[in-house]
Amino acid sequence: MAEIVIKGVAKSFGAFTALHSVDLTIADQEFMVLLGASGCGKTTLLRIIAGLETPSQGEVWIGGRRVDHLPPRARGIAMVFQNYAVFPHLTVFENIAFGLRMAKLPQADVTRRVMRTAELMHIEQLLKRYSGELSGGQRQRVAVARALAMEPDVILMDEPLSNLDALLRLEMRAELKGVLAESKTTTIYVTHDQVEAMSLADRISVMNGGYIVQADRPTEVYRNPAARFVGSFIGNPPMNFLPARKGNNGRWHVAGQDFDGPKAQAAEFAIRPEDLHPAPIGLRAEVRVVEPLGPHTLVTAQVAGQPFRAILESDNQIKPGEEITLAPIPDRIRWFDPETHKAIT
Amino acid sequence: MPRALPYLLLMPASLFLLVFFFYPFGLVMVESMTRGGEWTTENFTRMTGHWKFSTAFWNTVWLAAIVVPVQLIMALTMASVVQKLQTGRSSLLYIFAIPLGISDLAAGLIWLAIFEQSGFLNSILHAFGIIDRPQLFLGYQSLWVIFLAVCLAEIWRATAIMMVIIVAGMGLIPKEYNEAAEVFGATRWQRFTRVTLPLLRPSLQTALILRILMAFEVFAVVVALGGTTLPVLMGETFQWQFQLQDRGVAAAYAMVILGLSVAFSLVVLRLLHVPKGARV
Repeated sequence: MAEIVIKGVAKSFGAFTALHSVDLTIADQEFMVLLGASGCGKTTLLRIIAGLETPSQGEVWIGGRRVDHLPPRARGIAMVFQNYAVFPHLTVFENIAFGLRMAKLPQADVTRRVMRTAELMHIEQLLKRYSGELSGGQRQRVAVARALAMEPDVILMDEPLSNLDALLRLEMRAELKGVLAESKTTTIYVTHDQVEAMSLADRISVMNGGYIVQADRPTEVYRNPAARFVGSFIGNPPMNFLPARKGNNGRWHVAGQDFDGPKAQAAEFAIRPEDLHPAPIGLRAEVRVVEPLGPHTLVTAQVAGQPFRAILESDNQIKPGEEITLAPIPDRIRWFDPETHKAIT
Repeated sequence: MPRALPYLLLMPASLFLLVFFFYPFGLVMVESMTRGGEWTTENFTRMTGHWKFSTAFWNTVWLAAIVVPVQLIMALTMASVVQKLQTGRSSLLYIFAIPLGISDLAAGLIWLAIFEQSGFLNSILHAFGIIDRPQLFLGYQSLWVIFLAVCLAEIWRATAIMMVIIVAGMGLIPKEYNEAAEVFGATRWQRFTRVTLPLLRPSLQTALILRILMAFEVFAVVVALGGTTLPVLMGETFQWQFQLQDRGVAAAYAMVILGLSVAFSLVVLRLLHVPKGARV
């Protein structure tokens, strides 16, 4: 049982504040992804949980035990590093066995656990090799096997797939998800790749500028962004935003159309590209680029002078330079406060 | 670029080495094995028959056996500390490297100024009232003091070269290896012995070979501190060549030093061998 509780954790490096008082609770056996652009503080938070970095303030609890003053080895964690950190001077077997040897397990147990995790990661034929003789994907497998062999309460992963090529990444992603669900550990996974985050996570914590902006289930983060940043960061292409003006009738004027909206004083209109369809009445869009992508077509247009994207059925006849009208699905429209950039519900 | 170009460019240096190193080297080798134009082992029997030979041989070996390990440990410790520094790292490296800029004879003379009868050590001991008159530290009655003084001077003089090589080597080890070891349960000492040291093997090879070769060639420091009271192989080579005017025996001594150097270099290479595929 390893619930992780982070209470008011902050970290500054000199004058630069990497984390502003972060609070987060990760349930036992939950798969939590920390998602954000580089420099958002996600790796710093992970390293604080690992014990490789000391928080400037705040507390870290793992499994009901306060650990922020403990060295990494006393925290019951294992970690997979971005560059794998597979020791070049040890064979694959000894790499996987490293933590077990440090814990002074009897040789029989070491062998049993190494064999089992090696089998799980499909690297049993590589056990005698050195890391210099492995491909990137194989090294990745060794790094994961080394973490799993510890049978830890918590596995921390720092962008583990970012150094693999696209096809391998897809394969490893699915495999990781299966293996980690099986192992019943609590997982914290850092990535800047939103697709990876969506596909792996039980919950995603979206981070920006040292804050956690939203921590919720992937569909919730996608459908109901808590802030404009989340909408603009998640989704490919991201959400469209348009300025809105409140009319006398209580409805909102958006690019010449009227929409029902919140009771707020000011608001910004937002819609995801796939929640638009061509219709006789809607937002007037001047088409700039048409990109057929197979299952659908990506249309880049301008609406009221703003860049605007729509994902449409691929059997349309739209051409650049045309003017089309796009109707948003009413219950998919979201509104944000133009001052605070927070969602208005 | 034509394939021959790199070789052509390296040709002058190679020729220079061949002419001015291997040729005289061959001559010395021949000289050690001939006497009056005839092939003979007499030079070697003469050398080993002389009463000073075994003393000189063992003095040299013991000096190396004590100085090099002490220097290795000191260099590793100093390098680990320097590695941790946030600021002032290069200034500290410069300070440590100062003795490197001094010739070995000058280094010997500095330590002579400390240990001789009118030296600093006597002055200090006298000033504190520990002794009432100057002591003769470097006399033939107390050979071990001379030996110790030579060890001190050598350690003072040449630890920095090992440290500089090791600092450079440590800088090449990615930080993640150490962090991984830390997460997987290694203590500070285990991280040093199980991760840093094995990954440092290539630098250790360079540092040790360089230092062992220098140790077997120890000469000027010994001459400055002990004259001929503490015979070493290089000192004997000098004696036979210039005092006793016997080039054959001097050449034989040179061969012994060469043999020692080659043997120990091979031992170091073998002990610190990094298997292919296990390199960083």
